[in-house]
Amino acid sequence: MMRFSPARITLYVISALVLVYLILPVLIIVPISFSSARFLTFPPPALSLRWYQQYLSNPAWMQATRVTLTVALLTVMIATPLGVAAAYAISRSRLRIMRLIHMMLLLPLVVPIIITAVGIFFIYARVGLVATMPGLVLANVMLGLPYVVISVLAGLQSFDPAQEMVARSLGMNRLRSFFAVTLPQIKSSVLAGGIFAFISAMDETIVALFISGGQYQPLTKRMFTALRDEIDPTIAAISTLMTAASFVLVLMASTRQKKSA
Amino acid sequence: MLALVSPALLVILLLIVLPVGWLTWQSVYHDGFTLEHYRRIFTEDIYWRSFALTFEISLAVTVLALLLGYPVAYLANAVPRAWSTLILALVVLPFWTSVLVRAYAWLVLLQRTGVINQLLHYLDVIGEPLALVHNPFGVVVATVHILLPFMVLPLYATMQKIPNDLMQAGASLGASPAFTFVRVFLPLSLPGILAGSTMVFVLCLGFYITPELLGGGRTVMVSMLVSRNVELYNQFGAASAVAVVLLASVLLIFFVVSRFISLDRVLGQK
Repeated sequence: MMRFSPARITLYVISALVLVYLILPVLIIVPISFSSARFLTFPPPALSLRWYQQYLSNPAWMQATRVTLTVALLTVMIATPLGVAAAYAISRSRLRIMRLIHMMLLLPLVVPIIITAVGIFFIYARVGLVATMPGLVLANVMLGLPYVVISVLAGLQSFDPAQEMVARSLGMNRLRSFFAVTLPQIKSSVLAGGIFAFISAMDETIVALFISGGQYQPLTKRMFTALRDEIDPTIAAISTLMTAASFVLVLMASTRQKKSA
Repeated sequence: MLALVSPALLVILLLIVLPVGWLTWQSVYHDGFTLEHYRRIFTEDIYWRSFALTFEISLAVTVLALLLGYPVAYLANAVPRAWSTLILALVVLPFWTSVLVRAYAWLVLLQRTGVINQLLHYLDVIGEPLALVHNPFGVVVATVHILLPFMVLPLYATMQKIPNDLMQAGASLGASPAFTFVRVFLPLSLPGILAGSTMVFVLCLGFYITPELLGGGRTVMVSMLVSRNVELYNQFGAASAVAVVLLASVLLIFFVVSRFISLDRVLGQK
């Protein structure tokens, strides 16, 4: 009845413009990364892969890529089991203190990241963890934990704990019943949580700016320093690859979550 | 059960509680107890101006995000399911792109020789390129872009719970759609507005990458004050005091908001 009212049309137009505003900057880097021009001209004069070559043939960028991938993988491997164990305990325990612990595990989302970064830098400087691989991984485990905890808690909410009781009444111990009965059913949310922790580690910039250095600098730190100096289309090539990686991972995570829903 | 949660808790205690605690201690103690750093924050111009600028930018970003996000959430709520899924996917898509990548994209779009200036020049709208970046304007444009999903998602979640019958009831009683919207729909969506605005405002207070890359060195937000005191001047005490004031502001805002709506609602989105 009100399909073509002026108010409706205005709503459609405004929403469309806002969506363009949201999407355009993410898409614009793709053509730039394939441009042959040294300087940013749009549309690109000719297509070329030179910025991708530039990236792949530069040892510093390659080393940074290795650091990023190693850190992200180790982060997932550590944060996922820790997060699953914590989420399981929070959802099963009736201890009052668990509410407080639950809130503490979400702290990394509440404290402004710049404060976390500087604080970690001060601590690392005292114990000699600045510019080291373990230091970088530990910080990212902390930042990734909330994603795993939130995702797994959501998965456990739709899981009936009585099933585990049955397994235990049939003689399995708590650990075996968890792995045989509970884990297979919350697998999707565990995977989704792990993927989000991976993306969080891959994109993390601010903590890395303060605590990473030398040969253990992740991609984001090198990109940040490069952006401060000059705008080089190599960054567009790296950005395109990073964005593509994020999208593939998010797609994987969300199809997983749908299956479990 | 406590044994299961303790490894994760230990990581949190060592890597965020201890660092923030250390920072707080350092802000008041250096060869003796001192409030000197806090005195400077409240008396020296450069600190004052930075805090004022940060609050102004955060307020502008929050208002803009609300104005841009509300129609999108409203539309997503009003259209059939397939369309709303598409709209929400488009909103969340940039969410999972690195903030750094998006800051770079805005540099490309907004700089003097950037896409927007070239387009406007080509269309003969402007003669001289506009200064769209390396100023607060560029910071606001890019920050709204990054924080918009934090506004749209809680708005949409709240709107979903508003029964459609209420609008129909309003219409059947003779109220115009505009009147029903202002008197019924808008007030019922207030919790979403509050949740989204809180998240956007708080996140913006601590924003670092966009002001650093798009602010052109003159737009010094509080986060940059912290990093400069550490990196350039080795003033750890001063940096810590600024960080503590920033954290206190954030916690105070969460505390005040939690008296009106559940904090889960604010934090649940990320």
